[in-house]
Parts: sequence; C-alpha cells; structure tokens
Amino acid sequence: MKQPKVGLFVTCLVDLFRPNVGFSAVELLERAGCDVSVPPAQTCCGQPAYNSGDRADTRAIAELVIAAFEKFDFVVAPSGSCAAMLKKHYPELFAGDDQWEERCKQFSDKVFELVSFLTDVVFLQDLPARYDGTVTYHDSCSGLRELGIARQPRKLLNMVEGVEIKEMKDPDVCCGFGGTFCVKYADISNEIVGQKTADIENTGADLLLAGDLGCLMNMAGKLQREGKATEVRHIAELLAGRLDGPSIGGRK
Amino acid sequence: MKNTTPQFKSNAAEALADQQLQKALGNVRVGFIEKRQIVADALPEFEALRDNARDIKNHTLAHLDLYLEAYCEKVEESGGHVHWAQTAQDARSIVLDICRKANARTVTKGKSMISEEIAINDFLEEQGIEPVETDLGEYIIQLRGEAPSHIIAPAVHVLKEQIEEDFRAEHSHLKADRNLDEPETLLDEARTVLRQKFLDADVGITGANFLVAETGTSVIVTNEGNGDLTQTLPKVHIVLASIEKITPTLEDVSQILRVLARSATGQEMSVYTTFSTGPRREQDVDGPQEYHVVLLDNGRTNMIGTEFQDMLRCIRCGACMNHCPVYHAVGGHAYGWVYPGPMGAVLTPSLEGVEKGGNLPNASTFCGRCESVCPMRIPLPKMMRHWREREFERGLNPTVQRWGLKSWAWFAKRPRLYALGSRLAMASIALLGGRKGRLSALPLAGGWTKYRDLPAPEGKTFQQQWQSSRGAKS
Ligand code: SF4
Repeated sequence: MKQPKVGLFVTCLVDLFRPNVGFSAVELLERAGCDVSVPPAQTCCGQPAYNSGDRADTRAIAELVIAAFEKFDFVVAPSGSCAAMLKKHYPELFAGDDQWEERCKQFSDKVFELVSFLTDVVFLQDLPARYDGTVTYHDSCSGLRELGIARQPRKLLNMVEGVEIKEMKDPDVCCGFGGTFCVKYADISNEIVGQKTADIENTGADLLLAGDLGCLMNMAGKLQREGKATEVRHIAELLAGRLDGPSIGGRK
Repeated sequence: MKNTTPQFKSNAAEALADQQLQKALGNVRVGFIEKRQIVADALPEFEALRDNARDIKNHTLAHLDLYLEAYCEKVEESGGHVHWAQTAQDARSIVLDICRKANARTVTKGKSMISEEIAINDFLEEQGIEPVETDLGEYIIQLRGEAPSHIIAPAVHVLKEQIEEDFRAEHSHLKADRNLDEPETLLDEARTVLRQKFLDADVGITGANFLVAETGTSVIVTNEGNGDLTQTLPKVHIVLASIEKITPTLEDVSQILRVLARSATGQEMSVYTTFSTGPRREQDVDGPQEYHVVLLDNGRTNMIGTEFQDMLRCIRCGACMNHCPVYHAVGGHAYGWVYPGPMGAVLTPSLEGVEKGGNLPNASTFCGRCESVCPMRIPLPKMMRHWREREFERGLNPTVQRWGLKSWAWFAKRPRLYALGSRLAMASIALLGGRKGRLSALPLAGGWTKYRDLPAPEGKTFQQQWQSSRGAKS
C-alpha cells in the first residue's frame, strides 16, 4: 500500500487547549504509516455557528476547510464530533449547490475520526503504550451515534499493555457538554454531568478517557470541582504513550 | 393549557431544586430504557420494521388529503360523523355542541394528548360539565390539578407515596385503615371509584392512536381497559384526533403497532388494542348510539411541505423523552406546554410559534439518543437545528449571544488573525491557571465556571508549536 497522505484536522479545542492530543494523533498516524500534514489554514469546523442556526457563517467556514484539505487522501480529526461535522453535516450545507455539492461529497468521503481511522482504515497493529492502571471510556455522542464508534477505541485500549478497562454503567449517555449548551443552560448541563461523574466514580477507574476534548474538559472540570482524584485524558494521549505532561486540568 | 415555555429556564431551575421530582425522575432513567432494549434486541426485524413504519407514514403524509377524504367517507358510511376543527377553539366548540345535544352532565375520558392540546377539561368544567379522567395516570393528575408531564406516563413525576396521600384525601368515604402500599391496590381503588362514573357518563371522549382510511376505524391502545369502557358505555363517543393520525390500511396499522408498544413501554403489544368503527349496529351487544370524530389541525397543515413535515410521523410513543438527558434532568413540566422532551422541542414551536417555543430546540445537547430510538426515525436534532436557524434568521436569539457568535465567526473565517488572537488568548489563560492547571473563575466564562473548573490550556497552541517545528513540510 502506498503511503497515504493524511491532512490532520486538529480541531479548535485541541489547538487551543491540548496540543498534546494533536502530537499524539500525529505520532499514531505516522506509526500506522501515514504521511501527515497539518495545513495552517484551519481554525474550527464551524459547529458553534452551525448549531446556533448561523448557516451563512458555517458555510463560509466549511468552504475554507474543504479548500485546505481536499488535496489529501484522507482527512483525520481527533474528535468524533468535528469529524461528524465534516463528514455528515457539510454535505447538508451544500445540498443542491451546483458548484459545491460534488466537491463537498468528494471531501466528506475522505474524512475520518482518528481512532476509527487507525483501526478500520490503516489497521494499526502495535502501540508504543503501556499503562499500569484502570481506565474507563466515555462514548461521546456524535462519534457514537453519527459515526458508529464504540468498538474501535476499546479494541485499541485492549492492545495497550497493563491496562484494565472498567466500563461505566452508561458509557453511552451524554456528558452534558453539547457545545454552547453547557453555558447557555448551565444548570441543566450541571445536572447531566453530575450524573456522569457519579457513574465514572462508581467504576473506580483512575483514568477517564474519551475521544472528544469538549466532553473531556466538561467532565474533567466537574470532577475537579467535586474534588475527585480521577485523571482525565484524550484516548490518543494514552495510545501514543504521551503521558508525561499533566492530565487535563491536572497540576503542572 | 397555559403555555409557560418562554420561562423554560426558570421552570428548569425549579425542577432541578425539587427533590421529590428528582427522585421520581430516577425511575424514568432506568425502567423505560432497559425494557425497550430487551424487546428491541429480541426482535431481529425491529430495525426493518422501523424503516417500514417510517415509509408508511411518509407515503401517507405525501397523500394526506386523499387519505383524509377516504377516511371521512368511510366514517360517514358506517353511521359516524366527522367534524373538522381548524383551531383548538373550534374543537372545543364542536365538543361542547355534541355534549349539549346529548344533555351531558358527566363526560368520561380516555387518555388523549389532543384533549390536553385543546384544554378541553377546563373548558367543559366552565360550561358546567364534569370531565372524569379514567386512565390511572390521568386520574391522578386530575386530582392534583396538574398537567401530564409525559405523553404516555402522565403522572411519572408523582411518587407512589404522594398518590396514596391524594387518594386518602379524595376518597374519604373509604375505610381509613385500608392498605394502599402497592401500585395494584392503588389501581384497584381507582377502578372501584371510577366504576360508577363509567356508568353515569353521558359522553365518552377518547383519543386515537390511528385513524384507518380504508375502513373509517379509530384505534386506541391502552393497558388498563379504561378506554374500552369510556367508548362503549356512554350514549355518545367522541374521538379527538389530529389529522396526522391517518394511516391508510389495517395492515399498515398492524405494522406500526409492532414498533409502538416496544418503543413506548417495552411491551410487545399493549394490553388492549381496540378498533371502533361507527356507532352500535343492531346486531352489536354494546356500543354508543352516536360516534363522532373531531379532526384537529391546529397548525399541522402548515408543517407540511416544510423541513418540519417529518415530525408529523410521530406516533407519540415517548421513547425520545425516555432517552433524553435533558428530560431526565428537568422532567416534563419544565417544557411548559403539552409536549415535552425532544418531540416537544420540535412540536411546540411548530404549533405555538417559535416566539413562545424557541427555548426548547435550544435546550438540547444534540446527543442524538432520541433519534437513535425513535421508531419513526424522525431526525429530531436536525429539526431542532432548523428551529435555531429560523430564530437566527429572524434575529430572535439574545443580542449578546449573536454578537459573540458573529465576532467569533469573523475570526474563524480568517485563519491568520485567528492564529494570532488565539495564541495571545491561550497564553494569558494558561498564565491565569498557574501551576494548578485549572481555573475556578474566568471573566465571561461564568456559565462554565459556575459548576466546573476550566482546565487551563497548555500555553502554546498546537499550530504555534507545529508550524515552528515541522510546519515547513505542509
Ligand atoms: S418523536 Fe419518535 S420517539 Fe418521540 S414520541 Fe414521536 S415517535 Fe416516539
């Protein structure tokens, strides 16, 4: 197989808050034999505008993303929610547009979420990671329901030496993040994330993992406010063995 | 029913602080979900049946006028009467008219969401006619003077102990030391009290789960059998139903029935599925002398041909709210009108106007669990987003939000400026976070930090680090 050219869509949250996830993604993709590039002309997938009903701005952002990434064989994002935006929702934005519909479809077909890309497309076989401890994995909503990601992260976790997975009672229930929802409806969001942190705590796991930084920051923020000791990381950080720096919201 | 949807946020805050309600909601979070999962897993063709159910309704909606006409003809042929009600007001007048002609003093009622939509109980009472709810859940909330908080389990917000208290207060003629500890004993007591009401009633009002165009039949599904007594004992039977209940054939109904109870209560079938066609015929052993159908539009035809048409496939099974984290958090009353949960978040702005209902489609995390269980495969999050788009187009969302979004979008469309701005912002937030690595307060982020800490950024953005080390390559 020729070396696939992959454009990494970093996602705005990873770019701003957690570069380590971006570097982990690069490491994993390269390990799987990909030629990875990171186009500088990327900001965000446009979800904040899209989910606020601002279609015009969303479209403008989508056009930039497509133009920056359409030259790659694959476009990979370390987030189920941003990948679903690029893959499932961009085509809705351009439906019926002579100039863009086909162009967008070609682009969207190439988009994958990181973990499922590693297992389903490039068949990553071995991992550099080792982790002696227990982890629990939260299925973020978009990845799970729009892209069908559930089996893949667990498969990769099982390849990590030393790891024991302890499942939550409801790993597939929303954490209450929901983008701007968590600040617009803070009271409700708080109730939902409170249910989640209780579920996390009941597993007794010492590390919480997920594939979406938004959800992770929400759950980490709540766990820390509650004074819980559970550490929080993006699954890519564990898989790539990049665990030296502080966990999400952890002491530096 | 009075609409308090514009106060959704304060309704929700009250609901979150209500300990009894929170305890009651705990039951929704578990029971419904597990039961549905078990029956869905047990039926290999369940997913195919959902496709089929969706297709049947899509076909019906595409030819709604045709099927409505056919249905009306069949009802008239069987000796019944169809009344068209464009608005809730029209429907109330029609019902009152029928009741007056029958000299009705008491009206028994089976469960009907349309009767909530047109607020018939209050209206009849004002006119001196006593409405008696016969569904156990509806009976309980009628005693409590409340509205339903769930479309199939109207009293799901009430704890058993509260019901016992209500029954002891209301049924004061019964022995004070009777045992009311079990749901069964509560049901028995309600049955005993209601028995006489069934016999006294002059008119019986039911809803309809389906109206069959092929035969002019109305179909109800219940678990208590109260619907049957409501529609067969009184002289007059009124069916209250909205126009999208039309289904072409009996075969179609039997297809959709296979997903209805499974999605709703996790039963394979409800205990009673009752078909009524016209008034009593000579050879019938029982049945009403008159059979009326009030067909309500109330804004539904306006949805046809719009991006909200798919919502008219809804069969009111309640699965979407049973699986909704927002519903689980605040319960049904917070939504402020007849229809709660995800289906209500789409339907309320459609029927009551986005000015009133606009809060609801915004109060969603778009987790998509509703769509994943909806037997009719209604894309609920997508339609909520459409409502947000309509609000945005009309400038209905708060100015501060709009302004924030617009300025963010301005940067997001300009990668160079965005990179510059974000570097500065992240560096300063990282500084604020200090060695702790998190912030417990941050200006303009109060919505976040009220309940959670904000994990501090690492400091330098990914792009900043990447472009200086390996950027040359891209
Ligand atoms: S929207 Fe779907 S899940 Fe919700 S009540 Fe209607 S049919 Fe049931």
